[in-house]
Amino acid sequence: MDASYAIEATGLQCGYENKIVLRELSFAVPKGELFFIIGGSGCGKSTLLRHLIGLHQPTQGTVKFFGNVFDSRDQAARRALLKTFGVLFQSGALWSSLTLRENVALPLELHTSLSKRERGDLAALKLAQVGLAGFEEYYPSEISGGMRKRAGLARALALDPAIVFFDEPSAGLDPITSRKLDELILQVRDTFGTTCVVVSHELASIFSIADRVMLLARDQPGCVAIGDPRQLARTSDDPRVREFFQHGDFSAQLA
Amino acid sequence: MPSLSESPVAQIATRQIGDALEVSLGGVWSIRAERPQWAPLVQGVAPRRLRFLLQDGTDWDSSLLLFLGSAQAWAREQGAACDLDRLPDKLRELLGKLDSAQAAAAPADRSVNFFTAVGAAAQHAWRQAGEIAAFVGECTLSAMAMARQPWRFRWRDCLSEMQQCGAMALPIVSLISFLVGVTLAYTGAIILRQFGGDIWVADLIGLSMTREMGAMMTAIVLAGRTGAAFAAEIGNMKANEEIDALTTLGVSPVDFLVLPRMVALALMMPLLALYSNCLGILGGMLIASSLLSIPPTAYFVEMQTIVDLSDINTGLLKAATFGLIVGMSGCLRGMQADRSAAGVGQAATSAVVTGILLIILADSFYAVLFNALGW
Repeated sequence: MDASYAIEATGLQCGYENKIVLRELSFAVPKGELFFIIGGSGCGKSTLLRHLIGLHQPTQGTVKFFGNVFDSRDQAARRALLKTFGVLFQSGALWSSLTLRENVALPLELHTSLSKRERGDLAALKLAQVGLAGFEEYYPSEISGGMRKRAGLARALALDPAIVFFDEPSAGLDPITSRKLDELILQVRDTFGTTCVVVSHELASIFSIADRVMLLARDQPGCVAIGDPRQLARTSDDPRVREFFQHGDFSAQLA
Repeated sequence: MPSLSESPVAQIATRQIGDALEVSLGGVWSIRAERPQWAPLVQGVAPRRLRFLLQDGTDWDSSLLLFLGSAQAWAREQGAACDLDRLPDKLRELLGKLDSAQAAAAPADRSVNFFTAVGAAAQHAWRQAGEIAAFVGECTLSAMAMARQPWRFRWRDCLSEMQQCGAMALPIVSLISFLVGVTLAYTGAIILRQFGGDIWVADLIGLSMTREMGAMMTAIVLAGRTGAAFAAEIGNMKANEEIDALTTLGVSPVDFLVLPRMVALALMMPLLALYSNCLGILGGMLIASSLLSIPPTAYFVEMQTIVDLSDINTGLLKAATFGLIVGMSGCLRGMQADRSAAGVGQAATSAVVTGILLIILADSFYAVLFNALGW
C-alpha cells in the first residue's frame, strides 16, 4: 500500500449523464501540498471537485485517498473516509438556523465523543483561528460574505481533516479579504500539515500560495499542464497555458 | 497524518521528579478516536509543578489541545505551576487561543422580556397593516395607469399565468368540487328524508354550490396552489436581486410582476368557480339518483325552480374578489420575503394563511351585504 500520496487519481473520467466533462485524468497530490485545480469557466474544475469529495461517482478510473479507494459500495469505509475530509463550499454553506458556534460544533457532535463543553470550546478555538473570535453566537445571516466563508472554513476544519477542499474560496470576495483567506489556507497547511486542494481561477491566489497547479481546459477534457505555477507561466509554450496566465497581467511581474 | 488503516493511539508517559510531574506525550492524537483524559493521571498525586514534553514524530490535532487545556485548567485550580516551554511554538500558540476562546465563551443572551415581546409584536402587526394598505394602494394605482395605457400591460405574462392558475388547476378543482357535491347530498339527505322532502336535495345543492361552495372551494384550492407559488416565485426573485434589477430599470415591480398575476387570477377564478358549480351539482345528482332514487331530470327541474341567475352572479362576484385576494396575498408575501431560502418558505406559508383568512373575512362580508341588499 502506497500511502505517501494524499490523493492519487488514475484514469479518471468524470461526467454527468451522457456528457463527459473530463477524461483520462491522472494526478497525485503528496501529503501536505497546496494543490490548485485551475482553469477558465466551464472547464470542469468544480465537476472534478464534486467527484473527489464523493458527491458524484466517476464513470471510470479510481481515486485513492492515502492509499484507500473511495468505494461507494462499502458505506462504512466511505463514511470513515469522509470524516477525514473538510470541504469549504463556494458560498460557505453554513446552516442558517444554527449560530456559528453550533455550525462548527455540529461535525464534532456527530463524529466525536467530546462533551458539549469541549465541543463549544473547540468550536470557539476554530473560529478564533479564522479570526472570528467574538462572533460565536451570531447567525450566518448576521455576518458578511467574507466572514461566512471564514466560518465555513472553521467548520471544514472542525474535525481536523487530513484533506481540505476549497471550492473557489475567493469567489465574491474583495481582493483584501481573499488575500486574507489565502493566508488562512496557508496557515492551516503549515499548522497541521493538512493537504489542501483548491479550485480557483484567481491568479493572485495561485501565485501567492499554490505549491503546484493543474490546468484544465475546456476544449480538451482533461489535464493540460501540471506543475509549479511560476515555472509554468515562464516556460510553458502551450498556448492554453500562456493564455490562462497572461490574461491576469501577471506575466509582466514575473519577467 | 491519520490514515484509515492505522488505529490511532495516544501515548502518555508520566514521571515523578520531586514535587514535579513530567508528562511526556506521544503517539497519534486524533479527535475522531478515543482520547486520554487528564483527571485519572493526577488521581492520588498532587504535583506542585507540571512539565509537558512532546515526543518527536507525534501526530497531533485538536484533541491534544483539549487535553492540555484541561491540564492547564486543573493546574490553575490546584495552584500548581504549568511548564509548557518545551512544547512546540505552534502548539503553544494554539493553546493560548483555546484559553482565550474559553474565557470568551459566554453565550450571548438573546432572550427578551415578555412586555418587550408583546410590544414588538404589536408594532409588527401595525407595520404589517400599513404595508398591506400601501400594497393595495400601489396595486390600485398601477391598475388605473394600465387601464389608461392597456398596451403597456404584460399580456403575455398574464396569459401564461392564466394557463398556470386556470387550466392547470382543472383536475384538482374538478375532484374537490365533485366530492363537495357528493358530501352535501349525503348530509342533506339525512335531514330532508325525515320530512319526506328528498327532492329538495336538489335545491340545497344548487343553492349552496352556486352561492357559497363553488367560489369558496376554488378559492381555497387556488390559495394553496397558486398563492403559495406566487409567493415562492416572487420571494425567490427578490432573493436573486431580480426585483432590485427591475426597480433600478425604473420599472415598477407591481406593474411588471404583480398586476399580471392578479388580473390572471381575477379572470380565471370566476371561470373555475362556474366549472366547480357544475361539477358539484353533478356530484349531488349522482347521489340523488343512486341513493334517493331521484331521476336526474327531476333533480334538474327542481333545482331550476330555486337557483336563478342572481345566485350564480353573486357566486361569480365573490370568486373574482377571492381571485384578487389570493393574488394579492401571494404577491405581497413574496415581495416581503426575507432574502434567504428560509424566507421564501415562510413567504409561501404566510401567503396561504393570509389568503385563506382574507377569503373567509370577505365571504362573511358578502354574506352580510347580500342579505342587506336582498340578492
